[in-house]
Amino acid sequence: MTTAATVSTGATEPPKKPRNIDVVQFLEKYGVLMFLIVLCVAFGMSSPNFLSVRNLTNILTEVSIYGIVAVGMTCVILTGGVDLAVGSVLAFGALAGAWVVTNVGAGAFFGMGFLVALLISCAIGTLTGYIHGKTITLFNVPPFIVTLGGMTIWRGATLMMNDGAPIAGFDAGYRWWGRGDVLGIPVPVLVLFVVAAAGYVVLRYTRYGRQIYAVGGNPEAARLTGINVPRVLVSVYVIVGFLAGLAGFLLSARLGSAEAIAGSSYELRIIASVVIGGTSLFGGMGGIGGTMIGALLIGVLLNGLVMMNVSPYFQQIVMGVIIVLAVAFDTYAKMRRGKR
Amino acid sequence: MGQTILKAADIKKVFPGVVALDGVRIEIERGEVHALLGENGAGKSTFLKILAGAQPSDGGVMVFDGQTLDPADTPMARQRLGIVTIYQEFNLLPAMTIAENMYLGREPLRRNGLIDWRRMYRDAKTVIDELGLDLDPRMPVRVLSVAEQQMVEISKALTMNARLIIMDEPTAALSGKEVDKLHAIIHGLRAKGISIIYVTHRLVEVAAVCDRFTVFRDGRYVDTRAVQGSTMQDMVRLMVGRDVEFQRRRDRFAGERVMLEVRGVSRAGNLADPHACVLTDLSVQVRAGEIVGFAGLVGAGRTELARVIFGADGCDSGVIVVDGKVTPIRNPGDAIAAGIALVPEDRKQQGCFLPHSIRHNMSLPSLKRLSKWRFFVDETGERALIADYTRKLGIRMANDEVAIGTLSGGNQQKVLLARCMALHPKVLIVDEPTRGIDVGAKAEVHQVLFEMAKAGVAVIVISSELPEVMAVSDRIVTFREGRITGSLPAEDATEEGLMSLMALGGPPVGGPVGGPIGAAATAHVHAAH
Repeated sequence: MTTAATVSTGATEPPKKPRNIDVVQFLEKYGVLMFLIVLCVAFGMSSPNFLSVRNLTNILTEVSIYGIVAVGMTCVILTGGVDLAVGSVLAFGALAGAWVVTNVGAGAFFGMGFLVALLISCAIGTLTGYIHGKTITLFNVPPFIVTLGGMTIWRGATLMMNDGAPIAGFDAGYRWWGRGDVLGIPVPVLVLFVVAAAGYVVLRYTRYGRQIYAVGGNPEAARLTGINVPRVLVSVYVIVGFLAGLAGFLLSARLGSAEAIAGSSYELRIIASVVIGGTSLFGGMGGIGGTMIGALLIGVLLNGLVMMNVSPYFQQIVMGVIIVLAVAFDTYAKMRRGKR
Repeated sequence: MGQTILKAADIKKVFPGVVALDGVRIEIERGEVHALLGENGAGKSTFLKILAGAQPSDGGVMVFDGQTLDPADTPMARQRLGIVTIYQEFNLLPAMTIAENMYLGREPLRRNGLIDWRRMYRDAKTVIDELGLDLDPRMPVRVLSVAEQQMVEISKALTMNARLIIMDEPTAALSGKEVDKLHAIIHGLRAKGISIIYVTHRLVEVAAVCDRFTVFRDGRYVDTRAVQGSTMQDMVRLMVGRDVEFQRRRDRFAGERVMLEVRGVSRAGNLADPHACVLTDLSVQVRAGEIVGFAGLVGAGRTELARVIFGADGCDSGVIVVDGKVTPIRNPGDAIAAGIALVPEDRKQQGCFLPHSIRHNMSLPSLKRLSKWRFFVDETGERALIADYTRKLGIRMANDEVAIGTLSGGNQQKVLLARCMALHPKVLIVDEPTRGIDVGAKAEVHQVLFEMAKAGVAVIVISSELPEVMAVSDRIVTFREGRITGSLPAEDATEEGLMSLMALGGPPVGGPVGGPIGAAATAHVHAAH
C-alpha cells in the first residue's frame, strides 16, 4: 500500500510509468458502481421481473424524485453542511401548491394550474432554504440543528395547512408532470437529467462551483481568498430548498395527490445517495456523478428487496447499514490520505 | 538549594527535515526557579513536551530525583512522578467546579467506590488556602478570570504532589497586578522546595522571579547563568548570537510613491478571543518597491496588523490608504479588490485547500479575471496562467491536477505566492513566508519577493527569524505588545538592537533596563477586566 503512495509524489519519474493498483483508491473510485452492477445482476437472476423495462422505468422514476434533491444536497454537503429538512420542505411546497390550485379552481389559471403549483412549490422551497441558510450564517448555529428544527417546523406547517388531509383532484396537465412521458422517457426522469446536468456543469465549470468546493475544503482559507463565505453557504441551502420544492411538485403529480406526510424520511435517502456517492461529509470533496450512482444504488436496492418480498422493515435495516458503511469507508480513506 | 532535581543531557529530537533539538541539556536544582529562554523556534516548546512526556525524545537521558526517566512515559506517568506542566492554554473544564478540576481523574473515593465529595472539597480548600487564594472550590471554573484559572492550575499541580512545575509563558495573558500575585505564589512554592521551569519572553520577569536561566538557540544549548550578575542585554545577546544565514540584499528598488499607508490603527482587546491582541495606534508607510520587515514576538501585533490591513480581522479605529486612496476594508474581498494580497501565517490552516488540485488552489482568487460568459471558468486561460507561474517560481510537481497537500512545504508556499502574484497586487503581505521549508526553497521564496519589489509592489515581510527579516528588508518595523517600538533601515539593524526593541521596547543600552519596561508590562491588558 505504501508503495503506491510514494509513486504519486515522484515528480522526477517519467510520466508514463505503470502504477501500482491501490485497493482502497480503486474502491473509492469504482466501488459503488461495481456494487450497483453486482446488485442488478443478482436481483435480475433471482427475480425475472426485475430487469423488465417496466420495472426499470419504475425504478428510474422513483429515483428521480429524490435524485433531484440529492443534486442540491451534494452542494450542501460539499460545503460541509447538511440539510435534514428537505423531506418536510418537499411536502410543504407540494401541499401549498396543490392547495392554491384546487381551492382557487382549476379554470382560474387558463389550464395552467400546474405552472402555478410548480411556482408556489419552488418558491416555498427557496424561501425555507433561505431561512435555513440565514439562520446558520447569522447566528452561527450548526446546519444539523437548524435543519433538524426546520424538519419538524415545516412538517408541522404542512399538517396544519389542510388538517393533515391529502389534496387531490388535479387536472391532466398537472398529472402529466408525474405520469407523462416524452418519447417513452418519464417526465420526472427528464427533469432529473436536466437538473443533474446543470448541477454537474455548475460544480465542474463555474466560478461558483469552485467557491462551493473552496468553502467546504477550508472555510478560513476561502475567506482569505476573498470569497464571501456566508453568501455561498446561504446559496446552497436555497438551491436544495428550491429543488425540494420542485421534487415535491413532481411527487404530487405522480401520486395524483399532495400528501402532508409525503417525503417522510426522504432526507435519509437523499443524504445516503450523496454520501454513498463519495461526497465527503467533511466537505470539499465529491460531485454529482457519484451522487447519481448513489441514488441509483438506493433505488435498485429498495426496489429489488421489494421484488424479493423482503419485509419493508428489513429494508430500513439494510439502508442504515449501507449508510454507516459508506461513511466509515469515507473516513478511512480520508485518514489514509492524511497519513501520506 | 544545591540538590539537583532534574538533569537532562544530550536530548535530541528530529522531525522530518528538521532537527528540533540537537543535544540540549539543562540542570534544575531543588527549590529553584529556572528560566528557559530562547527565540521562537529555539526548541523550548519541543524540550518541554519531551519533559512532560507528550513527545518521545530521539536520544538523551533525563534523570529526575535520582531516577532515570523512561522515554516512553506518558504525560500521566510523568505527573505521577511529580513533573507537572501548566500550558498556555489551560486544561480546565469550564463547566466543572474548581475542586472537580483539581482532582479530575484522581477523585478521592469512599470505601464503597463512590466519590467522597466532602473530602474533595475540604482538601481542595486546604490547598487553595495554602496558596493564599480567595477562591471557593465549589465555584465553576467558567466564571474565573484567566489569572484565577491559572491559580487553579497551580493548585491542581500541588494536589499531584508536584516537585517540578513547568510554566509555559505563564504571564502571557495576565495584567501587571496579576503578574505580581503569580510571582508571590512562585516565591512561596520555591520556599516549599518545589522547582519551577519558567518559560517567558519577558526578560523583566526573569530578573524579578528567577534564580538562574538557561538559553537555547536553534535547538542547541547555549549557556546557563545566574540571574544575579547578568543583565537583560546579556540574555538578549545569548538568545540571538548566531551566524547570519542569509546574504544581505544589496540592490534597492524603493521608489517615492507611497503604496500603502496605515494611519492610527487601534483595537481594544476581546475577551472572547485571546488571539485578538490589543493594538495601539499603529501607523506604517510602505513605498512602491520597498520591502518592509515586521519584527516582533508572537502576539506582539505584527500578524495582527497584517490581518487588519487585509480585512481578515476588524479594528476599532484607523485608516488604510492604498496608492493614495483612502480605502475602507471590511473583509478580505475588499482588500483583494483594492490590490492587497496576503500569504497567511499558517500555510495549511489558512492558505491551502489541501485535498484540492494545485490548479484550483492557485487560481481561486483570480477567477474573476479568468472567466468567460460571466459565470464560467476560462480553463484555457487558467492553465496558461498556472504554467506561467509554475515556470517563473520553479514549482516542482508532476502536473497541476495533483493535490497541493502532496507537495513539499516549499512548493506549497510557492503555489500560495503564485496565487497572490496572479492578482497583480499593489501591496503584498507575506507572513512567515519560509517557516518550515528548507534552505534552498527559502532562498527561492526570497528571490520571488525581490522580483515583486522590483516590479514596484510594496512588500511587507513578517518573520520570527530576525536574520531573515534583516536579509530581505529595506526597512524594519518592530512591534511589542501591540505597539510599534521602532522603524529603522535594514543597514542600521543588528539582531541585538532589534531584539531589544521587540523584547524591551527600547534600544539596547549598557546596564539592566529598569522603569519603562515594568510600566509597559503593566499596560498589557489582555485579560484584565
